[in-house]
Amino acid sequence: MATLHTVNKSPFQNQTLISCLGHAKAGDSVLLIEDGVYGAMSGNAMSEVVAGMGANVKLFVLGADMKARGIDAARMAGGFTSVDYEGFVDMAASCDRVQNWL
Amino acid sequence: MKFGIVVNEGPYTHQASDSAYNFVKAALAKGHEVARVFFYHDGVNVGTRLSVPPQDDRQIQEQWSALAAEHGLDLVICIAAAQRRGLLDENEMQRQGKDAHNIAEGFRISGLGQLIEMGIQADRTITFGD
Amino acid sequence: MSEVIKKFLYVNRKAPYGTIYAQEALEVVLIGAAFDQDVSLAFLDDGVFQLTRGQDTKETGLKNFSPTFRALGDYEVTRLYVEQESLDERGLTLDDLQDIQYEDEDDDYAEKPSIIVVSRARMGEVMADQDVILSF
Repeated sequence: MATLHTVNKSPFQNQTLISCLGHAKAGDSVLLIEDGVYGAMSGNAMSEVVAGMGANVKLFVLGADMKARGIDAARMAGGFTSVDYEGFVDMAASCDRVQNWL
Repeated sequence: MKFGIVVNEGPYTHQASDSAYNFVKAALAKGHEVARVFFYHDGVNVGTRLSVPPQDDRQIQEQWSALAAEHGLDLVICIAAAQRRGLLDENEMQRQGKDAHNIAEGFRISGLGQLIEMGIQADRTITFGD
Repeated sequence: MSEVIKKFLYVNRKAPYGTIYAQEALEVVLIGAAFDQDVSLAFLDDGVFQLTRGQDTKETGLKNFSPTFRALGDYEVTRLYVEQESLDERGLTLDDLQDIQYEDEDDDYAEKPSIIVVSRARMGEVMADQDVILSF
């Protein structure tokens, strides 16, 4: 019984990503979309916190939104997997419910 | 899988309606069903027929109208949110004594009950917002 | 209205008045009540501010919609989960929140509190138990 969580804001803009990771259960998936993709970057002030809090969930980032923002795949943090919209759809279908953190 | 989609923000100001559109297109391409797309809060503004976006940018309302026509999508604009923000169909125009209506092709105005009903009927409900 | 009964959770994370989300979320809850689903509301992060007592909007010209929370019991919406850590972070206690009650028809219409203060961990479990999660 897993949840797909989505977060669409940068962890520097507000606490939404932190709150999401603080509530997600082990085995859930967390997908960063829109401005949320900045939370998937390595080497910034939030990278370690995100990696730590996200240790028990599967971390994903929407590639289209990374590309739009000029984030090179090489700057994506190690724990993340990039997906496209088809992948987003697949995850929404395979999880038991979707929770969109707004 | 039957998806129910909620769009909580208006065109251009937020990416929400774009993300929702791209998700819906991908879901349909994979053979899934989209039970309804429900527009709430400022999302009702996606359904205006009076927008004239710059030609070198995506035409958000037109894209939705075209997708709806192609796939028989049910695009629903919440009446309460619409009334607040000045989105009226012909019926509402007459009911409210206004001199214009501005709902785009393929969108219909209905009550919040349609959102709950969508949540009940769909296998997954996904919300795009702020 | 429906054979199917799903667990609906309305998630409230935003403060009232600065944006319309709190008020329009409540409007969904009220309409949704007619559908006889298994409804709960969650208040966490700045959402806990929606439930504070003593909201007086007169000088702003905004509509004070906070009395609506007290009517939820009449709509059979009787579970308002409020996150403890969110209260603590914001220097709030249960005393800062409105008294929201419902009448338990299975217990001689005894008045009971609708607000259920839960830990963050428990809130996560409540969320994981739902069928439909609506966020605003």
